[in-house]
Amino acid sequence: MVRVLINAPKQVRVREPFEVKLLINHPMESGQRRDTFGQAIPREIIHTLVCSMDGEDVFQADLFPAISANPFLAFWAVAARSGALMVRFTDDQGTTQTDSIAISVA
Amino acid sequence: MNGSPVPLAAPCLPPVPLPLARRRFVLMAVTGTLLPALPARANPHQVAGLIRAITGAAPIDTGKVTLDLPVLVENGNAVAMTVSVDAPAGSVRALHVFADGNPLPEVLRLRFGPASGAPRISTRIRLADSQTVTALAELADGTFWRDSVELLVTLAACLE
Repeated sequence: MVRVLINAPKQVRVREPFEVKLLINHPMESGQRRDTFGQAIPREIIHTLVCSMDGEDVFQADLFPAISANPFLAFWAVAARSGALMVRFTDDQGTTQTDSIAISVA
Repeated sequence: MNGSPVPLAAPCLPPVPLPLARRRFVLMAVTGTLLPALPARANPHQVAGLIRAITGAAPIDTGKVTLDLPVLVENGNAVAMTVSVDAPAGSVRALHVFADGNPLPEVLRLRFGPASGAPRISTRIRLADSQTVTALAELADGTFWRDSVELLVTLAACLE
């Protein structure tokens, strides 16, 4: 489990776009670096990330090693009804983690 | 070097491994394998090929998509980038970002869904060198739009 911060307004208007900021605490080891002994440090990144609002996709992203450590993403979403804003991501070890926050639609 | 301890895990390391035995060092020097650390770089041709694989024969126009990146980058480890498309939320199918001077040219691939509020994304990327970064937008009507930024990187992302 890694630490995930999702920042979005708690209450939004129907079908009115709102900004979501997402910060994941992850090293995103690129696989290009070497340690003191010249051995390659294995790649360890989050490669797939899906964000959805109440079951509907906001976006699906493929991340590559060129994404900085502790990936930060800011994007816009809309909600038709109250529900969970969910973020699901998978890393190179095959671990899938899901985090969500509740958003109510006024 | 009078037997000073070698740090075990420094974040940024020299390209040549330090505790090489002398014989192995000489062998590597002779066989030309002593400088293996510079990772291969992508190049503009590779990026052009990747873009062609996405667009096929369709023409690519400039405009509509805006790639927002600083022209002078102090630290390549985390460069703030924003890609936005001047089009309604539902009309953009995908966004692609390529960096032609990184070891791997692909940076980000994004497919928008029905709950997207605007075709816009901000993130932080790594840049290994001064290079050209390209954003490609794929619209639902089948058109393709691109924007490129040529930038200078003072401190490259740590690749060694």
